[in-house]
Amino acid sequence: MDILGVLQKLGMESGFAQFFIAEGWKNLVMIIISFVLLYLGIVKKFEPLLLCGIAFGCLLSNLSYFVGMSENALYHPELWAQFLDESSPYYHSYGHIMSHAGLLDFFYIGVKAGIYPSLIFMGVGAMTDFGPLIANPKSLLLGAAAQLGVFVAFFGAVLLGFTGPQAASIGIIGGADGPTAIFLTTKLAPELLGPIAIAAYSYMALIPLIQPPIMKLMTTEKMRKVKMVQSREVSKTEKILFPCVVATFVILLLPSTAPLIGCLMLGNLFRESGVTDRLSDTSQNALMNIVTIFLATSVGATMIAQNFLSLDTIKIIILGLVAFAISTAGGLLGGLVMYKTSGGQINPLIGSAGVSAVPMAARVSQDVGRRYNKNNYLLMHAMGPNVAGVIGSAVAAGFLLAVFGG
Amino acid sequence: MEDLVNITIGTAGATALLGYAVVFFALVLLMSVLYILGAVMKAKAKKQAVSVGDIEAPRVMEAVPLEIKAMAPGSAGELKLYDTDPRTAAMLMAIVADEMHAPLNELRFLSIREIKEDKD
Repeated sequence: MDILGVLQKLGMESGFAQFFIAEGWKNLVMIIISFVLLYLGIVKKFEPLLLCGIAFGCLLSNLSYFVGMSENALYHPELWAQFLDESSPYYHSYGHIMSHAGLLDFFYIGVKAGIYPSLIFMGVGAMTDFGPLIANPKSLLLGAAAQLGVFVAFFGAVLLGFTGPQAASIGIIGGADGPTAIFLTTKLAPELLGPIAIAAYSYMALIPLIQPPIMKLMTTEKMRKVKMVQSREVSKTEKILFPCVVATFVILLLPSTAPLIGCLMLGNLFRESGVTDRLSDTSQNALMNIVTIFLATSVGATMIAQNFLSLDTIKIIILGLVAFAISTAGGLLGGLVMYKTSGGQINPLIGSAGVSAVPMAARVSQDVGRRYNKNNYLLMHAMGPNVAGVIGSAVAAGFLLAVFGG
Repeated sequence: MEDLVNITIGTAGATALLGYAVVFFALVLLMSVLYILGAVMKAKAKKQAVSVGDIEAPRVMEAVPLEIKAMAPGSAGELKLYDTDPRTAAMLMAIVADEMHAPLNELRFLSIREIKEDKD
């Protein structure tokens, strides 16, 4: 046996050797990026439930996939390129994927088919009390106003040279809703999934830093001190009817929102019906946790060096920040209009909570409000626009999918 | 059909405006439905309250005391407790006063109710 030859072969086939061949150094950069993301998730606690999985998925795919050497890879970008290529014999062939797949390719099928984001929405629905929104339906206007960043970022992305579907996927970062961003990007621009998911979840974690300066800039101290009257009590019947009514009207209006709105409202019905406590518990705990693991690792796996390390990624990170900031400003503008029209009864700070990101954005409204009036409790008032933002971002995604989905 | 992949700036602007308008339209529609639903529920609750009031009117008349109790100086009246023991109520009132940085005698508590959730 040629021991030296075997050792040489092992050495040449090892990942270490690949770092020095062709574009192998890019994998090394991605490995470092994945460690930075792990640091942000674990030490800085930036959306750790998602970011840890995304970072480790990124690490695994960049450790196992090198250009020209992919037989042991956990994720195969070329298989998914064939899956999306209309001229390929394997166009939309899950059979071809499954017969050549690595572990993370199997996980990614759930993202590609839109299963995980929808199931996450079911969990969100089961965790969300829509009572504040039902008590004050005007909150929906703030949820709509706060989608401004989606469309401004979309326009900005077109200006920067992205295609229509890519720009739509980038714009939805402004909806401040991770599952919605992943859902839409998977459908319209899967090649951008990694950077868009990273931007969406990073900025969601940074909401307590991004929003307060904009809130201070757009409101006066007098406005921030406004105390709002307590909302009316919402009956159990109303809470049960709400998911049925929302699903019916929104899906009939925009059928492309059906997976997200349908699952969101199904989860909420489990919560409110009073007869499906076990299903509600499963949706918001066990199922949510399981799906989060699959979603995060498979999204992270798409962060292959050849796709991620590009100027486009930097553009997406910048556009994402712009989208978040403008969405916050849009919500605040809505809040200012309500402040004026209500004769100063509505605190405009609740407008910024219209950017989905439940309940982080509502907490920011509460914290900023209390900084100026210690006896001011805006949290429940801000939860209305906050949950309205979830519906608003799903509607925005539905619109973009209807236009660019082909 | 216009090329929506290599989209022009004009089309992008029009799409953005239309998209924002559609989001508003959908949520305004939903808001209207919720207002109608709320109005129906309120009317129903009012109707129920009136019918219950009619039936129980004589009993209520019997229960009204003839003389009104004089309140102690500085008192804000009686505090109603529902499924809450006085010790817990006292603790809750103290916590609220502390959180609000207001003296307890400047606050008025009308009732304290334990919210119970149904469990399977």
